Amino acid sequence: MEKLIPAKERLLKSNKKWMDGELRGKILVILCAVIMISVTISITIFLGSKGLQSFIHNGVSLIEFITSKHWNPTNQASPQYGALPFILGSFAVTFAAALVAAPLGIGGAIFMTEIAPSWGKKILQPVIELLVGIPSVVYGFIGLTVLVPFIREHVGGLGFSLLAGTIVLAIMILPTVTTIATDAMSSLPKNLREGSYALGATRWQTIRKVLIPAAMPNLLTAIVLGMARAFGEALAVQMVIGNVRDIPSNILDASATLTTIITLNMGHTTYGSVENNTLWSMGLILLIMSFAFILLIRYLSSRRKM
Amino acid sequence: MKNMKKFGLGMTLSALMVITAACGGGASKDNSAGTDKTPKTAETKELSGSLVVSGSSAMQPLVAAAAEEFMAENPKVDIQVNAGGSGTGLSQVAEGSVQIGNSDVFAEEKEGIPADKLVDHKVAVVGMTAAVNPKVGIKDIKKEDLIKVFTGKITNWKELGGKDQKIVLVNRPDSSGTRAVFNKFALDGATPAEGITEDSSNTVKKIINETDGAIGYLAFSYFTDDSVTPLSIDGVEPTDENVQSGKFPVWAYQHSYTKGEATDLAKEFLDYMMSDDIQNTLLKDQGYLPVTKMKVERDAKGNQKDI
Repeated sequence: MEKLIPAKERLLKSNKKWMDGELRGKILVILCAVIMISVTISITIFLGSKGLQSFIHNGVSLIEFITSKHWNPTNQASPQYGALPFILGSFAVTFAAALVAAPLGIGGAIFMTEIAPSWGKKILQPVIELLVGIPSVVYGFIGLTVLVPFIREHVGGLGFSLLAGTIVLAIMILPTVTTIATDAMSSLPKNLREGSYALGATRWQTIRKVLIPAAMPNLLTAIVLGMARAFGEALAVQMVIGNVRDIPSNILDASATLTTIITLNMGHTTYGSVENNTLWSMGLILLIMSFAFILLIRYLSSRRKM
Repeated sequence: MKNMKKFGLGMTLSALMVITAACGGGASKDNSAGTDKTPKTAETKELSGSLVVSGSSAMQPLVAAAAEEFMAENPKVDIQVNAGGSGTGLSQVAEGSVQIGNSDVFAEEKEGIPADKLVDHKVAVVGMTAAVNPKVGIKDIKKEDLIKVFTGKITNWKELGGKDQKIVLVNRPDSSGTRAVFNKFALDGATPAEGITEDSSNTVKKIINETDGAIGYLAFSYFTDDSVTPLSIDGVEPTDENVQSGKFPVWAYQHSYTKGEATDLAKEFLDYMMSDDIQNTLLKDQGYLPVTKMKVERDAKGNQKDI
């Protein structure tokens, strides 16, 4: 029944529809790439123009904005726009969270790849994946209901503190750190391990002296990615950190971050007002910081290739 | 097989088109909202059309409940009530992207809003007062002491005859309407000292309840149980009657703003909000005071006079 078509005709025919074959695929993926790139670029341009408004249009001093510690935008006689406490707060919780999450995450990764690759991975992997799926507002609510009273009663202070923010964030970035660290460890060539064992090293010596140094650039990337996420997290942190405008003097003091101040005030301020514009400036700082994190990651991964 | 492939491709392309169309839609939003306002003129009997309301998150439950009843009576009407904060509501109504903008402060008090172009509809009154942790042991406070507490000059409750407990302040964000009202009428304009800052009234209530020595401020509607103690100020109890007679100073209007005089559906809905039905029953259920029963009134500068 099948109709036979001469090879010549068949080959000519296959190019008849432009949607078929190579061209179609090429156009589709180029379209995807163009959409992604233009979204990123337009967000950057939009945030840049909005964020610079307060300095150009409203005459807020950039130096004051990033160095002054007095934030008092609603004082009508002499409003003050110093975002330093929030910038410091953001960095403090981010680094503290990384400090907690990095050893845990890398430890977990080593456990999964070196110590118990079979059953360890079977248990730990789903647990980690589960942590990713919990929405941040739930983390915040658990922090507010469990962590804050616990700190208040057993550690001291009000409970609303850098410490509470740190712990919540550390748990939130743990999956990121663990997953990437696991990939880094398991992608190490097998001959590294075998060579080390052949020289008479124990398992711990192999891990500590051979595997961790070899995977170091990727492990650092894991930590930096986790920090980037921590830096931008708003909701969960806002619920437990206390949102105080002062620079915290110790880890039990309440504090505020750039993201928490933005989420607390954005709805109440009117578009185009100085206060609203300074909130956009804080958003711009967040964007610049995430670019810095990305540059850092690029630098770290380029070092690995050498 | 070939058909399947083509089908898949078509799906992908149409999905992409939907996405790009959705992205491009933002710019034309103002226009569509603008045209919505004008059409229905003749037909007054049966209301239809849609109305978008945005603004104060504190007012959202009240307006949403009223909208629900209004929609039950006028099934062809669709009203959307968004929360987003007073600033958002005022900005959006001023630029014409929503028909009604709710605010818990006067438009004149917000920077960058053309208040002369907006028309104020005061739909409700809310009273608020300082609330303390029940273990603090005081129920009445002098206004000057309250100012001292919030500015950090008094730091222990025993100075006011309460328990020996450190005072913990719970504030609202700088730009919050609740904070503006409390600062103006309870603290006589004094700037409060730093303290824990939370936006949502429920969170503030939870913190006051759980933290020893905590003091914050809440609307009357949140004093439904014993978990926090509302304070009388200068011996005046924070009751609806005292607010209505003007004896209790800390209260605010809940405003619904329209750009220019309210027209068509917006006008019908605002009239409905002011009807006895809503003012006397729904408002009370939601913890607000009817604006129609106020014996005093206040202007944007805070001057109060008898009606």
